[in-house]
Amino acid sequence: MTTMTDHDLEQLVTPDARDVPKPIEKVSIVISKGSLEGVYPGLIMANGARMEGMEANVFFTFFGLDAITKKRHDRIKVATVGNPGMHIPTIVGAIPGMSFLATKMMSRKMEKLDIPPIPEFVEMIADSGAGVYGCKATVDMFGLSEDDFVPHLTGVITVGEFYEKAAGGEIVFT
Amino acid sequence: MATIEMTGIARDPEGFLTDPAQWNEDVAETIANEAGITELTPRHWLVVNYMRDTYLSAGEAPSIRSLGKESGVQIKELYVLFPKGPAKLAAKIGGIPKPHGCI
Repeated sequence: MTTMTDHDLEQLVTPDARDVPKPIEKVSIVISKGSLEGVYPGLIMANGARMEGMEANVFFTFFGLDAITKKRHDRIKVATVGNPGMHIPTIVGAIPGMSFLATKMMSRKMEKLDIPPIPEFVEMIADSGAGVYGCKATVDMFGLSEDDFVPHLTGVITVGEFYEKAAGGEIVFT
Repeated sequence: MATIEMTGIARDPEGFLTDPAQWNEDVAETIANEAGITELTPRHWLVVNYMRDTYLSAGEAPSIRSLGKESGVQIKELYVLFPKGPAKLAAKIGGIPKPHGCI
Protein backbone atom coordinates (compact mmCIF):
# COMPACT_ATOMS: atom_id res chain seq x y z
CA MET A 1 0.00 0.00 0.00
CA THR A 2 1.27 3.45 -0.82
CA THR A 3 0.70 6.36 1.49
CA MET A 4 0.09 9.91 0.30
CA THR A 5 2.70 12.51 1.05
CA ASP A 6 1.84 16.15 1.70
CA HIS A 7 3.05 16.86 -1.79
CA ASP A 8 0.57 14.37 -3.27
CA LEU A 9 -2.23 15.91 -1.27
CA GLU A 10 -1.35 19.35 -2.50
CA GLN A 11 -1.48 18.12 -6.06
CA LEU A 12 -5.07 17.00 -5.47
CA VAL A 13 -6.24 20.44 -4.43
CA THR A 14 -6.02 22.83 -7.32
CA PRO A 15 -4.60 26.27 -6.57
CA ASP A 16 -7.95 27.80 -7.53
CA ALA A 17 -9.92 25.82 -5.01
CA ARG A 18 -7.34 26.55 -2.35
CA ASP A 19 -6.62 30.26 -2.67
CA VAL A 20 -9.37 32.00 -4.55
CA PRO A 21 -12.78 32.24 -2.86
CA LYS A 22 -15.68 31.79 -5.24
CA PRO A 23 -17.15 35.17 -6.20
CA ILE A 24 -20.61 35.98 -4.83
CA GLU A 25 -23.14 35.71 -7.65
CA LYS A 26 -26.35 36.63 -5.90
CA VAL A 27 -27.40 38.61 -2.81
CA SER A 28 -30.82 38.92 -1.25
CA ILE A 29 -31.08 41.83 1.15
CA VAL A 30 -33.74 42.19 3.84
CA ILE A 31 -34.56 45.77 4.89
CA SER A 32 -36.53 45.65 8.14
CA LYS A 33 -36.19 49.14 9.58
CA GLY A 34 -38.00 52.32 8.65
CA SER A 35 -35.44 54.96 9.63
CA LEU A 36 -33.12 56.64 7.16
CA GLU A 37 -30.10 54.86 8.63
CA GLY A 38 -32.07 51.62 8.57
CA VAL A 39 -32.98 51.84 4.90
CA TYR A 40 -29.91 53.26 3.14
CA PRO A 41 -27.33 50.54 3.91
CA GLY A 42 -29.50 47.86 2.31
CA LEU A 43 -30.16 50.03 -0.73
CA ILE A 44 -26.47 50.82 -1.17
CA MET A 45 -25.59 47.14 -0.90
CA ALA A 46 -28.26 46.11 -3.39
CA ASN A 47 -27.21 48.75 -5.89
CA GLY A 48 -23.55 47.85 -5.34
CA ALA A 49 -24.30 44.19 -6.02
CA ARG A 50 -25.89 45.05 -9.36
CA MET A 51 -22.98 47.34 -10.20
CA GLU A 52 -20.68 44.36 -9.71
CA GLY A 53 -22.84 42.29 -12.02
CA MET A 54 -24.37 40.19 -9.25
CA GLU A 55 -28.01 39.23 -9.15
CA ALA A 56 -29.83 41.11 -6.36
CA ASN A 57 -33.14 41.01 -4.53
CA VAL A 58 -34.42 43.43 -1.90
CA PHE A 59 -37.10 42.27 0.52
CA PHE A 60 -38.80 45.04 2.50
CA THR A 61 -40.36 43.89 5.74
CA PHE A 62 -41.90 45.50 8.83
CA PHE A 63 -41.14 49.24 8.95
CA GLY A 64 -38.72 48.78 6.07
CA LEU A 65 -41.86 48.65 3.95
CA ASP A 66 -42.11 52.44 4.32
CA ALA A 67 -39.30 52.75 1.77
CA ILE A 68 -41.58 51.40 -0.96
CA THR A 69 -44.87 52.86 0.30
CA LYS A 70 -46.01 55.83 -1.81
CA LYS A 71 -47.29 57.85 1.15
CA ARG A 72 -44.13 57.40 3.20
CA HIS A 73 -41.07 56.83 1.04
CA ASP A 74 -40.14 60.50 0.80
CA ARG A 75 -40.64 61.12 4.52
CA ILE A 76 -38.16 58.68 5.99
CA LYS A 77 -36.19 60.25 8.83
CA VAL A 78 -33.06 59.76 10.85
CA ALA A 79 -33.79 58.40 14.34
CA THR A 80 -32.51 61.08 16.75
CA VAL A 81 -33.80 59.27 19.85
CA GLY A 82 -32.40 55.95 21.02
CA ASN A 83 -29.59 56.21 18.49
CA PRO A 84 -26.22 56.48 20.25
CA GLY A 85 -24.55 56.93 16.87
CA MET A 86 -26.05 60.42 16.66
CA HIS A 87 -23.83 61.50 19.58
CA ILE A 88 -26.50 63.74 21.08
CA PRO A 89 -28.30 63.20 24.40
CA THR A 90 -31.67 61.47 24.03
CA ILE A 91 -33.42 64.45 25.59
CA VAL A 92 -31.96 66.75 22.93
CA GLY A 93 -32.89 64.27 20.20
CA ALA A 94 -36.47 64.41 21.45
CA ILE A 95 -36.85 68.16 20.85
CA PRO A 96 -39.47 68.67 18.10
CA GLY A 97 -37.81 69.22 14.74
CA MET A 98 -34.53 67.49 15.64
CA SER A 99 -35.24 64.50 13.45
CA PHE A 100 -36.24 66.80 10.59
CA LEU A 101 -33.01 68.78 10.94
CA ALA A 102 -30.77 65.72 11.21
CA THR A 103 -32.46 64.21 8.16
CA LYS A 104 -31.99 67.42 6.19
CA MET A 105 -28.32 67.58 7.08
CA MET A 106 -27.69 63.98 6.20
CA SER A 107 -29.62 64.23 2.93
CA ARG A 108 -27.50 67.19 1.92
CA LYS A 109 -24.31 65.26 2.61
CA MET A 110 -25.58 62.29 0.63
CA GLU A 111 -26.60 64.43 -2.31
CA LYS A 112 -23.00 65.67 -2.45
CA LEU A 113 -21.83 62.07 -2.74
CA ASP A 114 -24.41 61.49 -5.47
CA ILE A 115 -26.42 59.12 -3.27
CA PRO A 116 -30.02 59.50 -4.45
CA PRO A 117 -33.02 60.18 -2.20
CA ILE A 118 -34.84 56.96 -1.21
CA PRO A 119 -37.63 57.06 -3.85
CA GLU A 120 -35.15 57.62 -6.68
CA PHE A 121 -32.77 55.05 -5.24
CA VAL A 122 -35.45 52.34 -5.13
CA GLU A 123 -36.39 53.14 -8.74
CA MET A 124 -32.74 52.99 -9.77
CA ILE A 125 -32.32 49.60 -8.11
CA ALA A 126 -35.46 48.26 -9.78
CA ASP A 127 -34.27 49.59 -13.15
CA SER A 128 -30.93 47.88 -12.62
CA GLY A 129 -32.81 44.58 -12.74
CA ALA A 130 -32.93 43.80 -9.02
CA GLY A 131 -36.11 42.30 -7.60
CA VAL A 132 -38.00 44.65 -5.26
CA TYR A 133 -40.33 42.73 -2.97
CA GLY A 134 -42.73 43.52 -0.14
CA CYS A 135 -43.26 41.10 2.73
CA LYS A 136 -46.72 39.55 2.66
CA ALA A 137 -47.02 39.15 6.43
CA THR A 138 -46.30 42.86 6.98
CA VAL A 139 -48.58 43.96 4.15
CA ASP A 140 -51.41 41.97 5.75
CA MET A 141 -50.59 43.22 9.23
CA PHE A 142 -50.57 46.89 8.20
CA GLY A 143 -53.66 46.38 6.03
CA LEU A 144 -51.92 47.58 2.86
CA SER A 145 -52.67 46.66 -0.75
CA GLU A 146 -50.49 46.71 -3.88
CA ASP A 147 -51.91 50.16 -4.74
CA ASP A 148 -50.12 51.59 -1.72
CA PHE A 149 -46.72 50.74 -3.19
CA VAL A 150 -44.42 52.41 -5.69
CA PRO A 151 -44.84 51.13 -9.26
CA HIS A 152 -41.37 49.52 -9.27
CA LEU A 153 -42.49 46.87 -6.82
CA THR A 154 -41.84 43.46 -8.36
CA GLY A 155 -44.35 41.82 -6.06
CA VAL A 156 -45.57 41.03 -2.57
CA ILE A 157 -44.21 37.64 -1.54
CA THR A 158 -44.20 35.29 1.43
CA VAL A 159 -41.12 34.42 3.45
CA GLY A 160 -41.08 31.03 1.74
CA GLU A 161 -41.03 32.64 -1.69
CA PHE A 162 -38.26 34.96 -0.54
CA TYR A 163 -36.10 31.98 0.41
CA GLU A 164 -36.82 30.41 -2.98
CA LYS A 165 -35.61 33.55 -4.72
CA ALA A 166 -32.59 33.74 -2.44
CA ALA A 167 -31.58 30.15 -3.16
CA GLY A 168 -27.95 29.72 -4.09
CA GLY A 169 -26.95 33.22 -2.95
CA GLU A 170 -26.15 35.19 0.17
CA ILE A 171 -28.79 36.67 2.47
CA VAL A 172 -28.07 39.96 4.20
CA PHE A 173 -30.40 41.16 6.98
CA THR A 174 -30.46 44.85 7.81
CA MET B 1 -15.01 43.81 -34.62
CA ALA B 2 -11.32 44.61 -34.67
CA THR B 3 -9.34 43.11 -31.84
CA ILE B 4 -5.65 43.78 -31.44
CA GLU B 5 -2.61 42.45 -29.61
CA MET B 6 -2.51 44.14 -26.23
CA THR B 7 1.21 43.76 -25.68
CA GLY B 8 2.82 46.98 -24.56
CA ILE B 9 -0.40 48.26 -23.02
CA ALA B 10 -0.09 48.53 -19.24
CA ARG B 11 -3.02 47.08 -17.30
CA ASP B 12 -3.74 46.33 -13.66
CA PRO B 13 -4.53 42.77 -12.50
CA GLU B 14 -8.23 43.32 -13.23
CA GLY B 15 -7.54 44.53 -16.74
CA PHE B 16 -7.99 48.28 -16.31
CA LEU B 17 -5.53 50.43 -18.25
CA THR B 18 -3.07 52.12 -15.95
CA ASP B 19 -2.36 54.89 -18.44
CA PRO B 20 -5.44 56.37 -20.16
CA ALA B 21 -3.15 57.80 -22.85
CA GLN B 22 -2.48 54.31 -24.22
CA TRP B 23 -6.14 53.99 -25.12
CA ASN B 24 -7.63 54.00 -28.61
CA GLU B 25 -10.75 52.57 -30.22
CA ASP B 26 -9.11 49.27 -31.08
CA VAL B 27 -8.06 48.86 -27.45
CA ALA B 28 -11.67 49.57 -26.44
CA GLU B 29 -13.01 46.93 -28.80
CA THR B 30 -10.48 44.38 -27.65
CA ILE B 31 -11.36 44.89 -23.97
CA ALA B 32 -15.09 44.77 -24.80
CA ASN B 33 -14.50 41.49 -26.56
CA GLU B 34 -12.67 40.05 -23.57
CA ALA B 35 -15.68 41.01 -21.45
CA GLY B 36 -18.07 39.18 -23.74
CA ILE B 37 -19.44 42.20 -25.63
CA THR B 38 -19.16 41.12 -29.23
CA GLU B 39 -19.98 44.50 -30.73
CA LEU B 40 -19.69 48.04 -29.45
CA THR B 41 -22.83 49.76 -30.75
CA PRO B 42 -23.28 53.56 -30.88
CA ARG B 43 -25.21 53.21 -27.58
CA HIS B 44 -22.18 51.52 -25.97
CA TRP B 45 -19.94 54.27 -27.32
CA LEU B 46 -22.18 56.97 -25.85
CA VAL B 47 -21.60 55.49 -22.39
CA VAL B 48 -17.92 54.71 -22.85
CA ASN B 49 -17.15 58.18 -24.19
CA TYR B 50 -19.12 59.89 -21.42
CA MET B 51 -17.25 57.82 -18.86
CA ARG B 52 -13.87 58.60 -20.37
CA ASP B 53 -14.54 62.30 -20.99
CA THR B 54 -15.81 62.80 -17.42
CA TYR B 55 -12.78 61.06 -15.99
CA LEU B 56 -10.36 63.05 -18.10
CA SER B 57 -11.98 66.39 -17.31
CA ALA B 58 -13.01 65.84 -13.67
CA GLY B 59 -10.34 63.36 -12.57
CA GLU B 60 -13.01 61.00 -11.31
CA ALA B 61 -15.33 58.50 -12.96
CA PRO B 62 -19.04 59.40 -12.72
CA SER B 63 -21.38 57.53 -10.38
CA ILE B 64 -23.91 55.10 -11.81
CA ARG B 65 -26.55 57.70 -10.95
CA SER B 66 -25.04 60.41 -13.12
CA LEU B 67 -24.18 57.85 -15.76
CA GLY B 68 -27.91 57.07 -15.96
CA LYS B 69 -28.90 60.72 -15.94
CA GLU B 70 -26.28 62.35 -18.12
CA SER B 71 -24.73 59.86 -20.52
CA GLY B 72 -27.87 59.75 -22.67
CA VAL B 73 -28.47 56.10 -21.75
CA GLN B 74 -30.78 55.36 -18.81
CA ILE B 75 -30.16 52.84 -16.02
CA LYS B 76 -32.31 50.06 -17.51
CA GLU B 77 -30.50 50.15 -20.84
CA LEU B 78 -27.10 50.51 -19.16
CA TYR B 79 -27.56 47.07 -17.64
CA VAL B 80 -28.67 45.66 -20.98
CA LEU B 81 -25.59 47.05 -22.70
CA PHE B 82 -23.18 46.10 -19.90
CA PRO B 83 -24.78 43.23 -17.97
CA LYS B 84 -21.73 42.58 -15.81
CA GLY B 85 -21.75 46.08 -14.31
CA PRO B 86 -22.08 49.24 -16.44
CA ALA B 87 -19.79 51.63 -14.56
CA LYS B 88 -16.97 49.18 -14.09
CA LEU B 89 -17.11 47.80 -17.59
CA ALA B 90 -17.53 51.14 -19.35
CA ALA B 91 -14.52 52.42 -17.40
CA LYS B 92 -12.45 49.42 -18.42
CA ILE B 93 -13.46 49.74 -22.07
CA GLY B 94 -12.87 53.51 -21.90
CA GLY B 95 -9.30 52.96 -20.72
CA ILE B 96 -9.66 54.69 -17.35
CA PRO B 97 -9.05 53.31 -13.82
CA LYS B 98 -11.65 51.32 -11.94
CA PRO B 99 -14.28 53.66 -10.40
CA HIS B 100 -13.90 53.87 -6.62
CA GLY B 101 -17.29 55.20 -5.52
CA CYS B 102 -19.92 53.02 -3.84
CA ILE B 103 -22.75 54.45 -5.93
